[in-house]
Amino acid sequence: MAENVTPRVRVPSEASAGEEITIKTLISHTMESGQRRDGDGELIPRSIINRFVVNFNGENVIDVELAPAISTNPFFEFQATVPESGTFEFTWYDDDGSVYEDAKEVTVS
Amino acid sequence: MKHYALSAVLGLAAATSALAQEEAQLVINGDLEITTRAPAPDHLDRLSEITSGWVYRSRETQELQADDFDNPGMIFVDDARAAWATAEGAAEQSCQSCHGDPEEMAGVRPVYPKWNEDAGEVRTLAMQVNDCRETRMEAEPWGYTSGDMVNMEALMASVSRGMPINVAIDGPVAETLAKGEELYYTRFGQLELSCANCHEDNYDNNIRSDHLSQGQINGFPVYRLKNARLNATHSRFRGCVRDTRAETFSAGSPEFVALELYVASRGNGLSVEGPSVRN
Repeated sequence: MAENVTPRVRVPSEASAGEEITIKTLISHTMESGQRRDGDGELIPRSIINRFVVNFNGENVIDVELAPAISTNPFFEFQATVPESGTFEFTWYDDDGSVYEDAKEVTVS
Repeated sequence: MKHYALSAVLGLAAATSALAQEEAQLVINGDLEITTRAPAPDHLDRLSEITSGWVYRSRETQELQADDFDNPGMIFVDDARAAWATAEGAAEQSCQSCHGDPEEMAGVRPVYPKWNEDAGEVRTLAMQVNDCRETRMEAEPWGYTSGDMVNMEALMASVSRGMPINVAIDGPVAETLAKGEELYYTRFGQLELSCANCHEDNYDNNIRSDHLSQGQINGFPVYRLKNARLNATHSRFRGCVRDTRAETFSAGSPEFVALELYVASRGNGLSVEGPSVRN
């Protein structure tokens, strides 16, 4: 069970129609690869975020599959075009079944 | 022919100027200006200018520190904020109970290590945190360079960012300061290197692939890309002494406390930067 998992996102609160905006996301997570061993020589079980999805007003923006080699606290930065006012919904899926969510509204003027 | 000669001179000038981003300025979140170059304090007559380690890093690493969202060290500051408000120990007190919000601690980081009159000793921030935990909270002390401790130091640094380091060097600290200075100039290990050999005689030169800085500690705790976590001053000291192939002093030892005081005083005038980002 991953501890202290906190999602963070940064989305501009305002944009003009059709503008390409930059979105940054970060989730604190150990991203334990499953390859390491503890002090007793036992394998530490894999525990990573395995999927990250962003939707805007229900429409998919990105859908990312994450692999064990991705480092701790995964950070994603990407561009998105906003045609209208709406909400970005961010979802991270953990190996342990946990789902972390965040949402940010954008007003298009 | 003249033209070629000129090119050669320019090429040489470019090659010898190893300082990354010679004129770069560090502004955090678009409004917090950080002093990364300052005149050397009066007691430091061997240098004319003091520079933050930020100056010696690549542009990509420098940029990570210019925005709190991009700065991976800020995750740990958030963790410390949670710890700040959490009551622990038999007295059921949190840091918040006495001190209020973390922002109330602005101005603390720049003056540490400092003399504690009641205890009759020079105290680092970590020592003071543990004194609070033991005496006021009646809680278990944290390990000197443990994650909890270094996160808390990062929180204390973050609320003082931009303020000039201003460690007292007169009065009762004189003895400890002198001890720290002696350590700074003492050669250790099989390689017989003192702090000064790298960080005073050779800063801005490369030691193999490492671009040597002045070894200033205004940016501590430091988020290092190599281990993806915050690193305490004394951990860095240990690493440096180990690299001279010497037996190191331990974190929190009187030797390292003295050294921290002296090294901090060499940075009087630079801004508090922690948590900074280095490689």
